[in-house]
Order: sequence, then C-alpha cells, then structure tokens
Amino acid sequence: MTLIFEKRLQRSRLAAALVPFLSLFLALIFGAVILIAFGVNPLQAYQVMLKGSLGSSYALSETLVKATPLMLTGLGVSIAFRMLFWNIGAEGQLAMGGIAATYVALFLSDQLPAPLILPLMFVAGVVAGALWGLIPAFLRAAVGVNEILTTLMMNYIAILLVEYLYLGPWRDPQGYGFPGTAPFPEVAWLPRLTGRVHAGLIFAVLAALLLWLVLTRTRWGYEIQVIGENPRAARYAGINIGRNILLVMLLSGGLAGMAGMAEVAGISRRLYHGLTVGYGYTAIIVAWLANLNPWGVLLVAFLMGALLVGGDQLQVALQLPAAVALVLQGAILFFMLGGSIFVNYRIRVIRGHRAGVMKAKGNE
Amino acid sequence: MAIRSLQPERPPAQPPGPPCVVQVRGITKRFPGVLANDHIDLDVYSGEVLALLGENGAGKSTLMNILSGLYHPDEGQIILHGQPVHFRSPRDAINHGIGMVHQHFMLVETLTAAENILLGWRSAGFLLRPDQVRREVTELSERYGLRVDPDAYIWQLSVGEQQRVEILKLLYRGADILILDEPTAVLTPQESAELSATLRQMADEGKAVIFITHKLDEVMAFADRVTVLRAGKVVATLPTAEATKEELARLMVGREVLFRLDKRACQPGKVALSVENLEALNDKGLPALRGVSFEVCEGQVLGIAGVAGNGQRELAEVITGLRPATGGRVRVWGRDITNRSPREAIEAGISHIPGDRAGVGLAPNLPVAENLAMKAYRRPPLARGPLLNRQALLSFAQRLIEAFRIATPTLQTPARLLSGGNQQRVVLAREITAGRGVLIAVHPTRGLDVGATESVRRTLLEQRDQGAAILLISEDLEELLELSDSIAVLFEGRIMGILPTDEADMEVLGMMMAGESPGREAGI
Repeated sequence: MTLIFEKRLQRSRLAAALVPFLSLFLALIFGAVILIAFGVNPLQAYQVMLKGSLGSSYALSETLVKATPLMLTGLGVSIAFRMLFWNIGAEGQLAMGGIAATYVALFLSDQLPAPLILPLMFVAGVVAGALWGLIPAFLRAAVGVNEILTTLMMNYIAILLVEYLYLGPWRDPQGYGFPGTAPFPEVAWLPRLTGRVHAGLIFAVLAALLLWLVLTRTRWGYEIQVIGENPRAARYAGINIGRNILLVMLLSGGLAGMAGMAEVAGISRRLYHGLTVGYGYTAIIVAWLANLNPWGVLLVAFLMGALLVGGDQLQVALQLPAAVALVLQGAILFFMLGGSIFVNYRIRVIRGHRAGVMKAKGNE
Repeated sequence: MAIRSLQPERPPAQPPGPPCVVQVRGITKRFPGVLANDHIDLDVYSGEVLALLGENGAGKSTLMNILSGLYHPDEGQIILHGQPVHFRSPRDAINHGIGMVHQHFMLVETLTAAENILLGWRSAGFLLRPDQVRREVTELSERYGLRVDPDAYIWQLSVGEQQRVEILKLLYRGADILILDEPTAVLTPQESAELSATLRQMADEGKAVIFITHKLDEVMAFADRVTVLRAGKVVATLPTAEATKEELARLMVGREVLFRLDKRACQPGKVALSVENLEALNDKGLPALRGVSFEVCEGQVLGIAGVAGNGQRELAEVITGLRPATGGRVRVWGRDITNRSPREAIEAGISHIPGDRAGVGLAPNLPVAENLAMKAYRRPPLARGPLLNRQALLSFAQRLIEAFRIATPTLQTPARLLSGGNQQRVVLAREITAGRGVLIAVHPTRGLDVGATESVRRTLLEQRDQGAAILLISEDLEELLELSDSIAVLFEGRIMGILPTDEADMEVLGMMMAGESPGREAGI
C-alpha cells in the first residue's frame, strides 16, 4: 500500500475552508503535549490564550494593535509575491518608514503648522518605504540582481540604521540613558480609536480595498496577474515587466513604510527598538496563508495578532517561559502551512502492485 | 524465451518466421469520463518498424504508456516473449527491454548528454566512470548514426539532438523494443530522414520499433506495418506496402479528408513588412541571423523554410521586439521598429503566433477569457482609462469563442485544460482579432491533429485573402508549399534564396535547406 499526492485539477473549496480549522486543531493537540510536559493544564492554557487575545474588549484591542502592522506589511508582501517578485524586505521598508516619520515628528514639528504634521509624516513614511523597496526592484529590473538577497540584506541595513539613530544622534538627551528618541510632540500622535488601536487600522482596511480594486478592476492588476502566471507570455503580450516590478515595489514598500509610520506615530510615539520586532517577516507567512488575497491578509493578520497576544498572556498568567509561547506559535504555523498542501493536492491510497506503477508516475 | 509466433494475421511482408516479441491482448484503460483504450490487441515483431496511427485522443499514447510501464491497464495483459508480464514501473519495463521516448523529453538541462544517459541507471554503480560512459555512448551513437557530443549540456543541444540522447539512453540500457511518441513532431525533414534511417537500422538488427504518429507520410516512409487506432479501438492493422494515404486517412479520421485547400491566386498589395540586413545573436551569444533581407506584401504569405536552429526563432523574436537586433532594420509599412519594445511592435500592427504555445503564447493557469484578452485589454471597450471593464472583457471573449469555434467548457476554464488544437485557436483568435495587417506565424500547426490543422491553415489563408501580410515560419515543408506564395530558405542565419511556390518543390527546398544555392536568381 502506498500513499501518493495527486495534484487536483482545481483548488478544493472544501479543503480550503476546512484545512485552517483542522490544522489549528492538530496544532493545539501537539501544543498540549508540550504544555503537559511543563506541568500546565493545556485546557487552562488555551483558555488563557483565548481570553487574553479575544476575550475582552481590551484583549481584542491589543490583538488589533499587533494585527495592524501585519496587515499593512502582509498586503505589501502579497502584491509583490503576486508577480513573483520575492520581496522579503518588508521589515526594512517598515523600518525606513518609521525613521522618516520620526524625522518629521522630531525635527519639523515645531516649524510647521500642526495640521500638516501627521499628513507629512504619513507621506514621508510611505515614500521612504517605497524608495527603500525601489532599490532592489531597480537592481532586478535593470541588471537582474536576485531580489531575495538584496531585499533581505537591506533589512539589516535599515534595522541597524534604526538602532544607530536611537542610540546615537537622535537619542533623547533627557532619557536617563534609556535607549530611544525623545517622545513625539502631541501633534505627531496618530489618533487612537479605542485602547491602543490607532488610525493605522483604518489605513490597513483602506489599503486592502484599494489593492483588491487594483487587482480586479484595473489593467495594471491584469498585467500583474499575467506576469505572475507566465512572465514570458506577459513579455510577448507587450507588458513591460521591468516597469511593473518598479511600480509594484513602490506600492509594496510604500505599504510597509506606512506600517512603520503608523507604529511610531500610533503606538510608541518615539523611535526605539520596539519598531523592528519581525512584523515584516511574519508578513511573509501572513501573505502565504492568505493565498495572496487582500481580504485574506486582513483576516490572517488578525488571527496572527491574536496568536501573538495570546502567547504573551501565557507568560504573564502562567509564568511559562517565553519560548513556550513561541513553540506554540511555531506549531500552529507549521500545521497551517503543512495543511495547505491539501488544498491543491489530494492523497490517494493505492494497494497492491499498482502502487509501484503510480509511484513511478508520481515521480515522473 | 522467444516464441515463434503462429498468429494468423502475421503480415506476408515479413520475412518468414520473425518472432512475435510482444502480444498485447484485450488491453482496456479508463480515465475519468474517457475510455482511452478499449480491448486493444496488438502484435509486435522483432525486426520491424510498426507505426501506431491515430488522431489526438485516439489512445495511442495511453497504449504505449501501458506497454512501457507508466500506466497499469484496467483489463487485459501483455505477453512478452511468450510470458505474461506485469510492469510495475518504467524501470521494470526497461529491465525487460522495453523503453519509450516521450514527446516531452525527460532530460536534465544542466547535465551533459552522457550524464543524462547514466542518470538513474541502476548498474551505473556508486562511482561514475565518465571516460567509460563517454566511450560507450560514442560507440552507440556511431553505430546508429545518432550524432551527439556526449559532453555537451542538454540546454546547448537542439531538440533533434536531445531526442537522440533520449534514444541513446534506451539503447544504453539495452532496450530491444523501442517506443517513440510522435518523434518527428519536433524534427525537420532532414532530421526525420536521419531518424528513419536509424529506426530502420535498429529494426535490421532485430529490435522492434514502434512509433506513434498522426502523419500519414511518415507512416508510408518509415513503417513496415501500421496499426490504426480510432476512439480507443484498433480499426485496422495492415502492411504499409498495401496501404494508401487516402485509405489510412479515412481509417484514422473516420471520413474522407481533403488534402488540398482551395487557394486563390495571390494579389499582393503594398509592402507591409520589410526586413533589411537583419543580424541578431542567439541565447548563447552566437550569431543567429547574419544579414537577412526580405519583404512581405499585403495579401501575401511568405514561407520561411529551414532546418530547426538556423535562425527561425530568432527571426520571429527580433521582428516582434522580443530579441534585440545587432544590425539591420525591421520596418512595418515603412515605419522603423528595429529594437523597439514588444509593445511598440504590437502597436505598429504585428501579431505573433509563437512557436511555443504553452510557454509563450498562453498563461496556462489563467482562464480562457483572460488569455483571449491579452492583446485587447489596452484598448476600449475593454479598457476604460486605467480601469478594466470585466463585462466587456467577458463579452469580447465570448465573441471570439463563437467566431473561432473554440471548444471550452466555460470562459473561466484555465487554458491549460483545453486540447492543443483549442489552445492554438485561442492564440489564433486573439492574434487575428488584435491584428492590424502583419502576422508572424511560427509552427502554427505543430502538434495539432488533422482536423485542427486544416482549420488553422484555412484561417491563415482567409486572413491572407483579406489583405494580411503573413510570415509563415514552419519546418513542415508540405505546409509551406500549401500556404505560401513564396518560400525563403534560411540556412545558418542567411537567406539562401526566395522562390515563388510554384517553382519550389521538396527537392529544391531540401538542397537549399542543406546550404546549397538554388542555382538561379529568384526574387519575390
């Protein structure tokens, strides 16, 4: 008897609907084993996670706080992935957006009329992220440099630049040695909706709507789709691939930069190490789990936010080491990503001597 | 053990007592919704070349995939040298001496010919002995006239050479029953002739050769016997000496087939496409075009003949803006489009039916509708400023599907699920609809069955009669003679001569394709 994976002719809608739940269920069983090893009742632990992330209006707002940057960077990553441009530099683009917004808040806010400050920070953040994304796009379009390497490497540059700034020239002189810039003046604070949830969430929803409209209603979206499915056919149809790479990366980097601006202006209200905590990397997982669909990104980012917040609660309420929360998060992602194979493939069981035949066919 | 066959239908054309090496009995294979093979009986004798003739979808490839161990039959059995056998895998089959060259080669591009031949071969052992392999491969290739440089990487080889590597792979593994799936679909007449000689020699040495085809000329030229399949059933088996093309065509299609299209006299108009001293490099950076010049007028078909790899692909790509020219000029109605983008070539009026349908002409995973819109989406009514009007796109696609009789379940069906003929109709419909006068058609009927070929050729001639200037690049000489008004022969990146079609015949063209000048000056 042999098991083989067979590609489905069409994506299974049933599997697409069921897989996330089954994967989550399996991950929870797996996590239970680990929790038991730590002497914790898994049901209690899961209850803590659920309550801590979704169980109260405060918990829900904290989940949205974490979900907001994931939504924006996830949208940015997904649009680049759609045309096979592997932008894994959302973290760096986010950092640059944060830096640019911080510059405006710290150094221009006393020279400009107050109502201009936030719009200017927004524009600065978006433009900085977009330009940071444009560099690898240009290198790829003009001379064919692999964007996976350049976008990744540029993350380190941007992250270290953030560190340099808040530890060095931009360090708060009145900060008692605490690493970080001075707090932003109040005119540079992004309005909050409830709890710590800020206007960045509105940006994210509008961005998803915009992206969805671009993808389904515009000629540009059609071009992105053709490039993503067959770049050679796109070139043959007269679509300028290099130009599209530049445009898409402006959009992708701009969204990540927007996330950075929203983080510094909406949450920390200054620049410090909490800006680059890996949202840009988690965004890659968000984009994949969402199947690169804008609305899917919003949903997955929300769930991912809940997972992050719930994991923190484990530490607080049950005094579990931080690593346990990470293991649980990892397990859930592992099962989710592993399970997604069933959307495009199905398992067939083959008995007897047909097995060898089919196996050979499968290997072909 | 070989058993002397006493089959009554053994052909008289065979010398007395050739051993029947394979007996296929009652083979049936079902796929979801399709009965691909319906109780098929087939005998294969050693020392013969057997043609398996049938239209696309007749079940030829399925049957041979069963024989070579890739599929397992639902019913029936295979008797090899008198013993019933069950193959678990292609490796199992090759261990029994049966091997198959598939239509799509199964070679690793980044390995050399010798390495590919060795790849996956069990008795190759743990250590590679490159010198010995190279010697053995060279020996085999000389013996069968299968010229291949064992140290060349697969990506450097022409399609014809890659096929030789596939055949050598089987010979190296000791196959004595060789199956070739549409081997000439990718070959030029010359290469086909060479292949024919190779197959004949293998048969003379006592091997059995089966080749799948839907081309009647090949059956007549290559095979000792022919078995005709239609809709999963064997409709006839007969010696080729006793068959005629017309009879085989009727058996294969199930009705009478027209071999000649009615063609009106050419009425050339203004010069639409002119190419002057064009030069370009191939993918390896070597000169592929060395000063090509010709003109195509409105209402005229200029055929480009030539052995594959003499610059045809590069010519089409340079004209359509996909490849830079290193010298010379391309003009469309006098407008210079040399080294402009593909987009500008399209806007100058050039349509293009690419040689690689699935790789270039289509986005296989996208719906039929999106594929049909690939050229029209920039203009109204599909485009509304930067927006795309979905409704207009769908009705545009619907109109093309009806006008060009594209058989597709829905507008949303991914293009890859269509048959080859219908995929080509999608490309054709799109290019003709978007077209504004100049059509570059590369191998427009390659891999299509008789019916689809007829319809594509008819469409091309209709376009000509409506005033289109058509550059037809093909390796099918019959097609060129049938459709073209003039034929140019490309050899090593140069035009050897341009002949009016009524002065061209297979022989003259064949000479020119081999690099000889036609001996008389001829222009358009």
